[in-house]
Formats: sequence, structure tokens, C-alpha cells
Amino acid sequence: MTTGTDLGMPSPGGTHGVPRLPEDAPKQTKKDFTSDQEVRWCPGCGDYAVLAAVQGFLPDLGLKRENIVFVSGIGCSSRFPYYLDTYGMHSIHGRAPAIATGLATSREDLSVWVITGDGDALSIGGNHLIHAMRRNVNLTILLFNNKIYGLTKGQYSPTSEAGSVTKSTPVGSVDHPFNPVSLALGAEASFVARTMDSDRAHLTTVLQAAAEHRGTALVEIYQNCPIFNDGAFQLLKDRDEKEARVLTLAHGEPVRAGNDHVVVRAPDGSLAVVPEADAEPGSVLVHDATDEDPSVAFALSRLDDGSMTHIPMGVFRSVTRPTYDDQVRAQVDAARSTGGGTADDEDLAALLRGGDTWTVA
Amino acid sequence: MSSKPLQRLDRVVIRFAGDSGDGMQLTGDRFTSETAALGNDLSTLPNFPAEIRAPAGTLPGVSSFQLHFADHDVLTPGDRPDVLVAMNPAALKANLADLPRGGTIIVNTDEFSKRNLAKVGYAASPVEDGSLESWHVHEIALTSITVEALADFGLTRKEKERAKNMLALGLLSWMYSRPLDGTEAFLRAKFAKAPEILEANLTALRAGYNYGETTEDFAVRFEVAPAAMPAGTYRTITGNAAMALGLVSAAHRAGLPLVLGSYPITPASDILHTLSGMKRYGVTTLQAEDEIAAVGMALGASFGGALGVTSTSGPGLALKAETIGLGVSTELPLVILDIQRGGPSTGLPTKTEQSDLLQAIHGRNGESPVAVIAPQSPSDCFDIAMEAVRIATTYRTPVIVLSDGYLANGSEPWRVPSVEDLPHLDVEFATGPNDTDADGNPVFHPFLRDPETLARPWAVPGTAGLEHRIGGIEKADVTGHISYDPDNHDKMTRLRQGKIDRIADTIPDLEVDDPSGEARVLVLGWGSTYGPIAAAARLVRATGLPVAQAHLRHLSPFPANLGEVLRAYDRVIVPEMNLGQLALLLRGQFLVDVQSHTAVRGLPFPAADLAEVLHKAIAQTLEGVQ
Repeated sequence: MTTGTDLGMPSPGGTHGVPRLPEDAPKQTKKDFTSDQEVRWCPGCGDYAVLAAVQGFLPDLGLKRENIVFVSGIGCSSRFPYYLDTYGMHSIHGRAPAIATGLATSREDLSVWVITGDGDALSIGGNHLIHAMRRNVNLTILLFNNKIYGLTKGQYSPTSEAGSVTKSTPVGSVDHPFNPVSLALGAEASFVARTMDSDRAHLTTVLQAAAEHRGTALVEIYQNCPIFNDGAFQLLKDRDEKEARVLTLAHGEPVRAGNDHVVVRAPDGSLAVVPEADAEPGSVLVHDATDEDPSVAFALSRLDDGSMTHIPMGVFRSVTRPTYDDQVRAQVDAARSTGGGTADDEDLAALLRGGDTWTVA
Repeated sequence: MSSKPLQRLDRVVIRFAGDSGDGMQLTGDRFTSETAALGNDLSTLPNFPAEIRAPAGTLPGVSSFQLHFADHDVLTPGDRPDVLVAMNPAALKANLADLPRGGTIIVNTDEFSKRNLAKVGYAASPVEDGSLESWHVHEIALTSITVEALADFGLTRKEKERAKNMLALGLLSWMYSRPLDGTEAFLRAKFAKAPEILEANLTALRAGYNYGETTEDFAVRFEVAPAAMPAGTYRTITGNAAMALGLVSAAHRAGLPLVLGSYPITPASDILHTLSGMKRYGVTTLQAEDEIAAVGMALGASFGGALGVTSTSGPGLALKAETIGLGVSTELPLVILDIQRGGPSTGLPTKTEQSDLLQAIHGRNGESPVAVIAPQSPSDCFDIAMEAVRIATTYRTPVIVLSDGYLANGSEPWRVPSVEDLPHLDVEFATGPNDTDADGNPVFHPFLRDPETLARPWAVPGTAGLEHRIGGIEKADVTGHISYDPDNHDKMTRLRQGKIDRIADTIPDLEVDDPSGEARVLVLGWGSTYGPIAAAARLVRATGLPVAQAHLRHLSPFPANLGEVLRAYDRVIVPEMNLGQLALLLRGQFLVDVQSHTAVRGLPFPAADLAEVLHKAIAQTLEGVQ
């Protein structure tokens, strides 16, 4: 297996070490991953589409269902694990990445997913998120971004635009928002992508790439909250608008905005969207998700100035670097192999005695 | 062989005191090892500032190490030293009040310069102005003797001066007839890569020993005979080291990998350090980004079937509260080590206190019962760690262990147990369906409880057919599905409490020590006050008065017979290093009018102070005063 983007170098995939179904086993279906619990999101919630995409996509992984674990925090999206017939933990606000780190590190044979939202991941749990990403724990993190607090009924979130008028900001919020992709790139996450609830095909492709990536994969999913922030991403869904606004990233391809605009790289390294006709030959940015240096990916993420004029979608970054959990386990294995194997009773007795003993007859 | 007369003592308390950079902790540690090797019983009290290097020569920078050793069993590091080694004026000033008149002082006169004296407010040198005439003072130029002894070494003066603690150790080793070979071996290992520093330290050590032998200042040397101890192999051990070994042993016996999530915090960090070196024993240590992540990682590991442990001190326990509550709600095994220190807030990071008891028992939102246990001596940390794992894995519950700075850093001899004598900790994971549905089909119900323990099954990911979801939302009895049903919540709340209550079925009754059988006053403690309380009881009994002593290792739940014990005495004295937290619990639960005796000085109780409290209580009881 390879990472989501072919790096041209050997690397175990994200699910390496997780037991797979036998080749001749009947193919799993969406039904196998659907729990008996009634789904309780509001009608029209974007979470339904993501749930359907995940349930539809999980069978393709070919993994044993019992070796998949979804860990979530608190918020509307964090109810997600209840609806999947896998192992799951609906934990506490913001802490899912930490809990998942403990689980993934101690169990190589599990495929561990984190479900979180903009408030859960970027506000109360911001610390755990950035540290999971810098460590590069083998986790797939789905960050549902609806730019609002839904479960507490409509306060602004850390991704709400400055000036947002919400329940707790009657005259507009004065908080400057996070751009989750910029944040993830700043934390040197090894896989960073953005997709959208309403685009099932794109969502599935990105999930596939994220699952195959070994290390922390951060997927920001633009998700509509029909109750408290309806239409937040409408410009990116509108038939007439989306063409020019959505910049679909594809590794090795020029980055285009609609039919007639391209992203060019100025000599100072900055990026700009210009009419294709004005672009100097050779100046059009060709997307390289495997670039070790996250600077260009970061510059791509900054094309979004908050107005949704230019929103790159797809895999910003997919690089290989050793994962935290693999290295932690390797250290334990190394201590065992150099120490004479797994410790037995005699080894424990020696440990208890330590270096300096005396005997009383 | 020494040419000087040898005088036999039954017990000695020595305090080494100096600047934070003078190596007093190391000196104390080495003297402890030499003493242990001779077979004395002992107890130690390291006492150091939170600052790594406070300004040199100042009172806040004083670091000390007290050691009590004897030819009989030792219960405390000693209330007051017999011998004070003061490496500078600050060390003398900070410690002199603790030294009884007639005691011995060894001062490093080289450091008694005008400037150093002024730093701590001495107008004149106390060594010269007669203010120390009530003590037996040895004035020794420790620094210059060290530098002189190292004259042939190609080291800087500063490097030579640094070996003065070894000179002091050599001298004290001579005074108390301690062998040097253990320290020599230690130095050889420590400075294997720096041969000249090694030779300098060895030379200073021997020079100190020889100084005692040749100088006329010391007319006699002393010896303390070995203590009678049960047969076995012994080592010295600190509370934190014992805790780490107890966890490793428990994991080994349970056949579980151990996962420690921890964030560095004084005085708990040594547990992280120690366990990080035990990977071969199936130990994984994760240094987390914060206290909350640390316990989250441990809980995540427990969900995956490992033994999840987190280590911290009071401020960290506060941060972990919500995750511990998640452990209560999900009913997963989790061990939380709280090595208590002075509070509130940052408080006194390097000083001891017992003020987290109520935080441990009650410090979470909702009805959130956990098991709480406390070790009573440094070596008991080993047994308490195993007990914590037993309770956590048997009852699938968080267990909070309340050690403290005194136990963590203090050391004593420990009879090393043989592995086969350690408790068996059998852990069974769920492997298949445990119930049938309405149609008679086999199903797995994650909250179907063991009728005896009320524990739910531990069904770990990777087990086919047992896929289930758990979380912090209230769940329906048996099925574990989300439930907001009023009756169900009432039932689940009581079941969680009932499960903790049932732990009392498997813990021993509280034992009372009353050799006379005539005591009307009971002194009841918990945790690290065991030594001082037992020593106080001994002092009281030595005067012919009866007193009963009992000590709690289990604080939630209490031993089943506790109420009966409390009601059997006219008066119950409860000494605590807090403002009466156990007393509050006892009064609330048993309606017994216990008498609280408290001190929060960052130091263990002096046994003599406690003895006075007990004397008074006994006298009042005899007079019929209520």
C-alpha cells in the first residue's frame, strides 16, 4: 500500500497491521457498518451526508469491522460513533485526539478515527489537536466545520468570521477565526485535506486517501448546519458560483480556478489567482502534495481570505514521516530484543532487587 | 582499623544541609546506601526548594537531607537531628532551631565569609561569637581541605571545590563507621566517562575519611549495630520507585501491557522517569502535552485493553477530573497516582501535604464515585500500586492513589518480595455474547454486570461480535444505549456507587494496634502519617499509658468494620496534614465526634508533638473531660 498520494517510496499504509477480511469473505456492505441506533441529527443536517459517505466507504477498506474504532468528543458531529456498528467512544469535549492517541499507540491492530467539530477540535481541544498532528499519530481525524456551535444552540465558534452575529455576539464577534487547514499545516500535519458534505464523490476520494495515509490525517469537512448557520457554504455549492470559487487540488496538476483563472506563484513565493491569459508561461502552480516544505500548501490555504472567493479543496499535503505510535512500539520492541526478550518472572525478580541489596539471614 | 575509641549508639539522626548546588541530596543518598548496607533500619527526609538553583548562599536556596538510622526498627526520619552538617551560614541558620542543645554541628568554615554571613543576616560569625556554645561544634575548612587534597589534579579550582560534598561524606562515613566501597562503586559508574573527575571524587572521599582518623578534633567514632529484621533480601527504596515497581509487577501478574500517560510535575515526575526505562517489561510511557491529555491517553489505552495509568500531583488531579469522570461513566479500569504536595494552586511543590483527600473522593461533577487508597510508607507504595491495579481491573473503575512528597522522596529498607508471592491479578476480557435478546438470540450487552462485583464486561476492540459504543452520556442499564430515562439514571447512579461500595467486601478489616488492650483513646490516621503516628504511640506507651492506633489504607470505600472501631473508644484523635478532611468524612459517615489534629507545614508531623496531643487526650479521658 502507499500513502494517499504516491510518493514513489515504500511506506506502509494507514491500515498496515490492521487485520483484514479474508479474500474470499463476502463483501461487506453499508449495512454492516450501520448500528441499530436511530440517527438524531436535525433534518437537513450535513452530518447525514457524511455519515452515509463513511458507512458507504468503510467496506472498501476491507478491514475487520471489530478492528475499527471511532472516538469522538462533544458536539453534534460527535454523536457519529453511535451510528456506526464498530467499536466507539463518545468521549468528552475536546479530548478525543488524546484518548485516540493512547488507544492507537497501544494497539497497532486498530484503525482509529477521530470525529470532531470546529468547537471541539479548535477551541476546547485545540491543544490536543495540534499535538496529535505534530506527533503524527496514526489517526484519521474528520473535522466537521460548520462555523457555529450547534449543540449549545448557536454561539459563534473559532471558525466563525469576525463580525458574526450570533446568540452570544449580538453586535458581532470580535474573534479572528482559525483556518483549520492553515492551522494543521502550521502544526506540520503529514496529511491535510478539505472536502465538503454535499460532494459525496469528492468526500469519498478524500476519505480514501486519508485512510491510506500512515500518520495523522486531518480532513476538514465543510458541513452545513441548517438550524444555526444555514447556507454558510452556499457559495461553494451554488451552480453558478462554485465553478470560479472552488479550486480543486490534484497532485501533479496545475491549480485552476474555474475555466479561465489559474494560481500563479510570484518570485517572492506568494500565490495569486489571475486570469489564465495573464499568466507568465511556467508560472502556473503545479500542485505538489508531497512537498516536504509545507510553505506552498500553507500559501494555498491562505488564498481563502474569509470571503470564500477562492477555496482550495482536496489534499493540500501528504508526506511520509515516521509516526509516533510506530516509533513508541519500536522502542518497546527494541528494549525487548536487546534485553533478551519479553520479561519473565526471573527478569521481574531482578528488576525488583535492583543494583544494591543486602541479605538478612 | 581505626585507632580511636569506638562508642556504640542505638540510633542517630543526621541532617546534611547546604546550598542547592552543594550536592546534599546526593551526599544523603550515598550515606543512606552505606547505612542500609550495614543493616541498620532507616528512614529519610529529603527537603529541598522548588527553585533549581536559588541565589547561592541564601536561605531560600538551602537544601537538606535528613537520615535516621538505628539498631531497631525506625518509623520516621526523626523529629530533630543529633548531627547537623552545615555547608554554609544559610544552612546553619535555616536548621539550627531544629538541633537540640548538646547536639553536634559540623560547619564548613570556608564558607563563613563576611559576605555569606551578611547574606543571611548574621552580623558576626556564629562560630566565633559564642552563640553556638550550647552545641558541640566541629569547625572544619571543608572546601580548602578538599582543594588541597586535589592539589595534583589538573582541574579548575571550581571543579575541585565541587568535590567538597564527598569530603564531608567521607568524614561522616568515618564518624559512623560506614564502609566506602558502595559509594566508590557508585562514583565509578557515575563518572565512567570522566576519569579525572572520578579520581578527584574518590580522592576527596578518602581524604574526608582519613581526616576523621587523623585530626584530634574527633576523639571517638561511633557505630550503630544492625537492626533485627526478618530474613530476606533487602534494598532501600523511595516511594516513587516503589510505586513504579508495583505497577510493573501488577501489569506483569495481570498479563497486561502498562501504558503510563503523564505530564511532568513535582513530586511525581520520578515515576515517569522510572517507568520510561522499563520498556522491556511491556511498559509504554507517553509524555503528554498536558495533564488532561495524559489521563486521556491512559483511558484510551484502557479502552484498548491495556492497564492505563496516569501520574500527577494535586494541580494535575484537578485538571484530570473530567476525564476521571468519563472513566467512572464508561466503567473502565484506570489508575491515577496523585503524589500530593502543598496547595492550593501551585502551593509548595516540593513539600508534603495530605490535602487532596476530598478532591480525590469528591472532586468531580455529578455522583462520580471512585476508589481511593493511600500508602503508609515508601515501601508500601509497592503494595498499594498492586492493590490499585487489583481494584481497577476487578471493578472496572478509576482508582486514585494518594501518595505524597514525603513518601515519594523518602526512603527506607524494603524486603524484596519474591515474584511468586505477589498477588495474582487475573483479568478476563469478554470474548462472546453474554445475554440473549427477546427472540432468544445471543447478544452482547456491555453494561450487563457481574452479580457479585457489579463490574461490567471489559470488551476490547478487536473482539469480533462485541462491537459497542460507550461514552460519557448516561446509558441504559444492561444495553448501554443512550438513555435519558429518569428511573434509569437513578438506577445507574446507585449501581455505580454500589459497585464502589462492594469493594469493601474484598479489603481487610481495619486492624487496631493496642498492645495493652486497655486503651480508651484511638489515634487514627491515613497515608504518610503512619510513621510519625506509630512513633508517637510508642512514645506514649513508653510512659506507661495505653493508646490504640489504627491506620487507613482504603479511604473509598472504608473497611467494613471502621464504624465499629470508631465507636469502641472514648475518644478518637485524627492527625492529618490538612485541615481535617478525613475527620469530616468520618463525622459525616459515622456520626462519631472525632477530634481533629492538623498541621500544614509542608513537613511530616514530629512524633513528639503528636505524643503530646495523645497524652493530653488520654489525660482528659481519664479525668472524664468530654
